[in-house]
Amino acid sequence: MARPVPTSFLVAALFAACAPAGAEELRPYGIVGDAIPVSLTGTKGDVTRGRALIVERSSTCILCHSGPFPEQAFQGDLAPNLSGSGGRWSEGQLRLRLVDAAHLNAATIMPSYYRVDGLARVGASWRGKPILSAEQIEDIVAYLVTLRN
Amino acid sequence: MRIAVCIALLAAMVGAALATEIPPAARRSGYSFMGADTKAMQDEDTANPGMLSVLDGEALWTRKAGSADKACAECHNDARVSMKGVAARYPAFEKMLGKPIDLEGRINLCRTNHQQATPFAYESRELLALSAYVAQQSRGMPIAADDDPELAPFVEKGHALFMQRQGQLNLGCANCHDDNWDRKLAGSPITQGQPTGYPLYRLEWQSLGSLQRRLRACITGIRAQAYDYGSPELVELELYLMSRARGMPVETPAVRP
Ligand code: HEC
Ligand code: HEC
Repeated sequence: MARPVPTSFLVAALFAACAPAGAEELRPYGIVGDAIPVSLTGTKGDVTRGRALIVERSSTCILCHSGPFPEQAFQGDLAPNLSGSGGRWSEGQLRLRLVDAAHLNAATIMPSYYRVDGLARVGASWRGKPILSAEQIEDIVAYLVTLRN
Repeated sequence: MRIAVCIALLAAMVGAALATEIPPAARRSGYSFMGADTKAMQDEDTANPGMLSVLDGEALWTRKAGSADKACAECHNDARVSMKGVAARYPAFEKMLGKPIDLEGRINLCRTNHQQATPFAYESRELLALSAYVAQQSRGMPIAADDDPELAPFVEKGHALFMQRQGQLNLGCANCHDDNWDRKLAGSPITQGQPTGYPLYRLEWQSLGSLQRRLRACITGIRAQAYDYGSPELVELELYLMSRARGMPVETPAVRP
C-alpha cells in the first residue's frame, strides 16, 4: 500500500506511479500535521455547489451523516452531525478529512474521497477513480467551512 | 502512571468494541426492523407475494423433467415430510465436489445428476420457486448450520470475506452489520444482515430474490466487484451468515423493504 507519508511539507506526485493507465491522475497534495493546508485545485471552491453536492446521494455523505439540511428526509446517523464542523475544524483539517480520513484514523468507516490506491476489488466502473474530483472536494470544503455552529 | 495504564486499557477496549460479533441474545431478524405494514405482509400468507412462488414451486416439484423424465417428488415424495428442516442446514458440504453448496446448488445438482436436465439459471423463476418451496418446509425451524468439520475452513473463509474491506467505499460487511446495525443509513435501518428469510420478496425488487442476489447488491453498494452467482465466495458468505444465525427461525418466504 503506497499511501502519502505524513511528513511536513512533503509535496509529491504521490499517486501518479500507481494509478492505472487511463485513470484520472490525482493532483499532488501535501499533509502538514493533521491538515492539507493548500487547495487541491489552487482555487477556492464554490459554497453553493458544495452544499448541493453534499446532499446528493451520489456523493454518499448523507448516507452516514446528518446536517443542517431540513429539506432532506433521509439522512444517516452513522457519523457526527455536520452542523458546526467549520467551527470545530480548520479548512485544511476538513480537506484532509475528506481526502483521506483513514490517514487520521485507520479504523474509520468514512471512505477516503481522493484516493485510488490501497483499495481491494473496486468495481470496474469505479476503478482507478477517486470518489470525488479535486473540484468537488474543494466545493464541499468551502461549504463545510461556513458551518460555524 | 496508573492513569496511563487505564487509558491504554480503555483504548484497547474501544478497539475491541469495534467489529465484535453480535452476542446470541442480541440477534434480531430483519423482520424486527420493519414497519407494521410490511410485517403484516409477511405474516399473512394471503398477502405475502412470496407465497405465489411457493405455490409455483409446489407445482414444479411434481412435474417430470429432463431425459430421466423424473419429478423431484419421485425421489423425495412429499416435500412437506422429506424437505422439513433441510433448508435450515444449508449450505452443506458436498463430498463429490469437496466444497459446500447452497440450496440452489443442491437443486441444480439434482437436476443434472438425477433428472438429466439442464441446471436452472440463478434467479430464474423456476429456481426461486423450487428453493422457496423447499425452504418454506423449514419455516419456523431453527437454523442448524451443519457442524460437519469439513465445513469449518469454508465458514472461516466466509468470515474473512465478511470482515474484508472492499470497493471504492472501502467498507466490510461487518462495518455495517456487526458494528452499526442499530443505526440508520440514509434514513433506513441497517439490520444485522441475517439470512433467515431467503428466498424472499423484496418490495424494492418487486420480486422474489435469493440470498446471493442480496449479497451482490450489498457488494455493489460499496462499489466493489460483485462475485458471480454460484461463485465459491458467495457460497462461503452464505455459509458464514447461516452459522452466525444458528438457532434463529427460518422465515421463508420473508418480505423485506
Ligand atoms: C460510511 C460513513 C461515512 C461517509 C459516507 C462519510 N463520512 Fe464523514 N465521518 C464518518 C465518521 C464515522 C466520522 C467520525 C470520525 C471518524 O471516524 O473518522 C466522520 C467525520 C466527518 C467529519 C468531521 C466531523 C466532526 O465534526 O468531527 C466531517 C467534516 C465529515 N465526516 C464530512 C463528510 C463528508 C463531506 C462526506 C461526503 C463527501 C462524508 N463525511 C462521508 C463517516 C462517514
Ligand atoms: C454500507 C453499509 C453496508 C455494507 C458494507 C453491507 N451491507 Fe448488507 N445491507 C445494508 C443495508 C442498508 C441493507 C438493507 C436493510 C437491511 O436489511 O439491513 C442490507 C441488507 C443485507 C442483508 C439482508 C438482511 C435481511 O433481513 O434480509 C444481508 C444478508 C446482508 N446485507 C449481508 C451483507 C454482506 C454479506 C455484506 C458484505 C459483502 C454486506 N451486507 C455489506 C448495508 C450494508
